[in-house]
Amino acid sequence: MAEEREAGTVAAVFREEYGRAVSVLVRTTGDLGLAEDAVQEAFAAAAERWPADGIPDHPGAWIITTARRRAVDRFRREAVRGSKEAAAAALADEEPRHEPLGDDRLALLFVCCHPALAMPARVALALRIIGGLTTAQVAAAFLVPEPTLAQRISRAKAKIRDARIPYRVPAAEELPERLAGVLAVVYLIYNEGYSAGLGEPPARAGLCAEAVRLARVLVQLLPGEPEARGLLALLLLSESRRTARSGPGGVLVPLAEQDRSLWDADLIAEGTALVHECLARGRLGQYQLQAAIQAVHAAAASAEATDWRRIVRLYDLLAELAPGPVVALNRAVAVAEAEGPGAALALVDALDLTGYHVFHAVRADLLARTGRAAEAAAEYAEASRLAPAAGERSYLEGRARRLSGT
Amino acid sequence: MTQYLISMYQPDGVVPPPEFLAPIMAKLAELTADLKAAGAYVYGNGLADASSATVLRADGGEVLVTDGPYLEGKEHMGGFDIIEAPDLDAALVWGRRFAQITGLPIEVRPFAGVPAPSTGG
Repeated sequence: MAEEREAGTVAAVFREEYGRAVSVLVRTTGDLGLAEDAVQEAFAAAAERWPADGIPDHPGAWIITTARRRAVDRFRREAVRGSKEAAAAALADEEPRHEPLGDDRLALLFVCCHPALAMPARVALALRIIGGLTTAQVAAAFLVPEPTLAQRISRAKAKIRDARIPYRVPAAEELPERLAGVLAVVYLIYNEGYSAGLGEPPARAGLCAEAVRLARVLVQLLPGEPEARGLLALLLLSESRRTARSGPGGVLVPLAEQDRSLWDADLIAEGTALVHECLARGRLGQYQLQAAIQAVHAAAASAEATDWRRIVRLYDLLAELAPGPVVALNRAVAVAEAEGPGAALALVDALDLTGYHVFHAVRADLLARTGRAAEAAAEYAEASRLAPAAGERSYLEGRARRLSGT
Repeated sequence: MTQYLISMYQPDGVVPPPEFLAPIMAKLAELTADLKAAGAYVYGNGLADASSATVLRADGGEVLVTDGPYLEGKEHMGGFDIIEAPDLDAALVWGRRFAQITGLPIEVRPFAGVPAPSTGG
């Protein structure tokens, strides 16, 4: 029993401290591979020692100190062959810092999300190094074989080393552009988890929690960036509806039909407060606006009581900041409620989103509401054929059946 | 410092008229001057048309000589610069200017191995 508890603690410390420890070691060694190896060795030592000796008072500091010693040993061994003596000496002399600066982790997050790396590699590195997930966990979450993921990560690390992607927080003038890439990675991780239905490996659903954790890290490390806050707010507000979102058998329950008593009031309160906080700064961004839209939904006692005109106005702003057919489609959904399905259908028909299941589902709904049942049934059938998640397919198939009366 | 190869890819075929190319070449000359002033310039040049290339392939004891560039394609490397930069981000700042001036895809790729000593370019 006691041993199990200790093992659980090592795992918990791993999740919390891995990214922190790697970022400190990267700063002192300048070598991501070496830093990761040293931190992993330190955790292996912890797994052996802590069950017998007890957990140290500052487990994170213990890990960093142990990892630093391993790195020094490694440098000394290599110094025999190369010129790493100076690096070993510098590392050995450095004062242990038990409260590493947040900037270390932030710099590492920017390395993981560097635009010179392919998106799948960015996601894998962010989850592995900042999120502290094992390679096996990341592979399970993205439904790729573990060797594929391991290779993806090692290639990315080789590129970081060979192309010399620098370990630093981007300068103020490049920060907005680079931050957008980091936020996109976190958003993508969340969406991967969110679109996963019931019956999928638990690792996939766990991606939502990991994305929220990463968004919290970003807000903590960049308190002055309203878009980081906006993203966290958006994720929290989406999380608040997760339970209400799937019915028996994992069938999707759309927003209008959700049992609002199942929505998580604490997450809504936190998300809404964040929305107000960031909007007050007057530096609008797409995540803040998306979060604001979710906050309007969250504030309504029912779908009918929703302030749809306000949502349309927010989509107008969003369409200016981040124009695109998907935003236009979502805006049309709000227009349908504010002005009627006919107006919305005209907007939707002007969009070129054939093949995107949500487009077909929205069009189907609008056709049904304007009395064109047969066309609506065909659109629902098309939407369900294209939908990636099983729960969504079941929902859309159900709608198609009801309309065609079979 | 690390040396990076900055390659410019251009479509094969008709070369744009001089009135189109002249301002681009002038801006590239400015960029080269800036690279030299920053001590980042190593070497750079434009290549003759890809159709002027010749490929050699060793086949057993013999070396076969064939016409044309190594890879079939609609675009080929049209020129390159070798620069020195402390890291990829710094190299990308230069690469971005090449892309903006030429409107062509630009590949930025580090040289392998130990960073070369500065040539003082």
